[in-house]
Amino acid sequence: MTVATIHPIDHLMRADRLPHILCAGCGIGTVIHSYVHAINESGIDPDRHVCVSGIGCSGRAAGYVNVDSYHTTHGRALPFALGIAVHNPELTVTVISGDGDLIAIGGNHFIHAARRNVNLNVICINNFNYGMTGGQVGPTTPVGARGTTAPRGAVEQPFNLPHLAKAAGASFVARWTVLHVRQFTDAVLRSMEKKGFCFTEVLSPCPTSFGRRNDLGEGIEEVEMYRQRCRIDNGAGELEQLGIDIVDPSQPITVGNFVDIEREVFLG
Amino acid sequence: MLGDHACAEGALAAGLDFFAGYPITPSTEVAEHLARRLPDVGGRFVQMEDELGSIAAIIGASAAGARSFTATSGPGFSLMMENIGLAAMMELPCVIVDVQRASPSTGLPTMVGQSDILQARWGSHGDYGIVAYCPASPQECFELTIAAFNTADRYRIPVLILMDEVIGHMAERVIIPEEQEIDRTERKGPLEPPGAKPFLPYAAEEDLVPRIAHAGDGHKVHMTGLTHDERGYPALTAATHDKLVRRLVDKVRLNAGSIVEFEEIGLDDAETVVIAYGCTARSARRAVREARNDGQKVGLLRPKTIWPFPQTRLQQLLEAGTVTRIVVPEVNLGQLRREVERHTRLPVIGLNHAGGEMPTPAAILEVITS
Repeated sequence: MTVATIHPIDHLMRADRLPHILCAGCGIGTVIHSYVHAINESGIDPDRHVCVSGIGCSGRAAGYVNVDSYHTTHGRALPFALGIAVHNPELTVTVISGDGDLIAIGGNHFIHAARRNVNLNVICINNFNYGMTGGQVGPTTPVGARGTTAPRGAVEQPFNLPHLAKAAGASFVARWTVLHVRQFTDAVLRSMEKKGFCFTEVLSPCPTSFGRRNDLGEGIEEVEMYRQRCRIDNGAGELEQLGIDIVDPSQPITVGNFVDIEREVFLG
Repeated sequence: MLGDHACAEGALAAGLDFFAGYPITPSTEVAEHLARRLPDVGGRFVQMEDELGSIAAIIGASAAGARSFTATSGPGFSLMMENIGLAAMMELPCVIVDVQRASPSTGLPTMVGQSDILQARWGSHGDYGIVAYCPASPQECFELTIAAFNTADRYRIPVLILMDEVIGHMAERVIIPEEQEIDRTERKGPLEPPGAKPFLPYAAEEDLVPRIAHAGDGHKVHMTGLTHDERGYPALTAATHDKLVRRLVDKVRLNAGSIVEFEEIGLDDAETVVIAYGCTARSARRAVREARNDGQKVGLLRPKTIWPFPQTRLQQLLEAGTVTRIVVPEVNLGQLRREVERHTRLPVIGLNHAGGEMPTPAAILEVITS
């Protein structure tokens, strides 16, 4: 009897990079898994896929995927990816990075890439903090949540990323969590099929740096919280209402595919 | 033709595919000229949101195989420093022109400076090798920009063109040769087609330069700014780091003999050697000629590559024993003078202005004859 040893996505993973550096309970592995499945299902030749990432835990994603992959500098994944996408429009370019990378240090590039409608698929892994650097607060940390640089709780209004992406001009905008594997994979797949700036936020546990400071428990418990609190509302009209309150358990978290419009794609 | 326009034309002659930049005086005419010309030759022009994005975009385009370019001036050059290090570490060729103005900070935006010389060499964090050209005329803006692209591709490095406001805004006749007469160095591509065996994007050859594969070529490369092994995979050890960084420095240092370019006038019997670059070299050339007409043994060494500095030629002169002193006029308070002093115990006399105006031939002549 022969036993199948080849997994359908093995050829899209850099198995020689394993074991990975991610902590137990981290959601980034699930995101990579979904991304790689989307590559497989897209039917696009893997040679035509490119993965660009920034810095931090999420930024390490590019290193595990067996396509042309570039692990760039903090905040600059988007303009780096723009260079690739504009020079060679035949390529399907995905940017995977964290909320701090894409929205704090890279925030200016984010709004301008969306405004231009550059042909990029952006996956923002939002774990509400700077995980690799040790749990400092970032631009998506909910008010009241604690981080090493806000030991009494964050006081700044966080960005509502789908609202920001839509306002800046993105063609496709979605929010899912690592619990919603199938829907998230479909959103990434939709981004690969669609031309223009496509943005998917994916909420992901960071038990090591964020969860334990905010009584969210292990990764599995944070995912259970998403199961209880998430409401799917595809096409939700009032994106400005979709802020995330992690601290108050009575507040729902709205997920879904919110925007899917046609706009002229930027070609330089 | 303006120096800035000649620089843009040089980039086009070199086969420019992709420009990303952010307007800043006195480099703006480079971008404006390319905004007009680049789409006509099938290239892409992007006006970015800032200089950090500009440099990242040209490195990305280079990863996809483009000959890529950006233009800036001092304050924007400072903003590009982190990713110049990324280009050096990823070994992705690209060209950056810095049309220098009087600095620090916003300084004198419309007036000349030469004060980014040391930033060009050392500005990004860490050790790395760099090549910087210093044109002294619009004709050289054209020629050295072509050389910059060739050097970038030859050694897989970011290459700088350190112009200055006077040269950038100077209008002179520029002779543009026929396309077939323009020398183009191609990047060393993979020897085997994709899939034959794993391609190693950082396996250096004898010249210390690895072969390069681009996004979409099918070789599935991984590149990172982290310390990496020959596969491009992160390998965070002291031993890997020392081997990698030493090679990044050595591929410029040990190949300097083929990279360095300079002009010399009357050096063979010179007792006084003037070392000058960019716009200052034009005043210096006239001062040296006048002094020689007057019977004085004066020579000019004009680096066309300010980095690597033509130190071998300087050392040769010093060993000959006739030189008694060196004069270094420049539009800063002594940046290149510091480099020259490193090579000699002879008196090195600076003629300096912090920026805003270049020294006149008379001022240089006065130092020579004093």
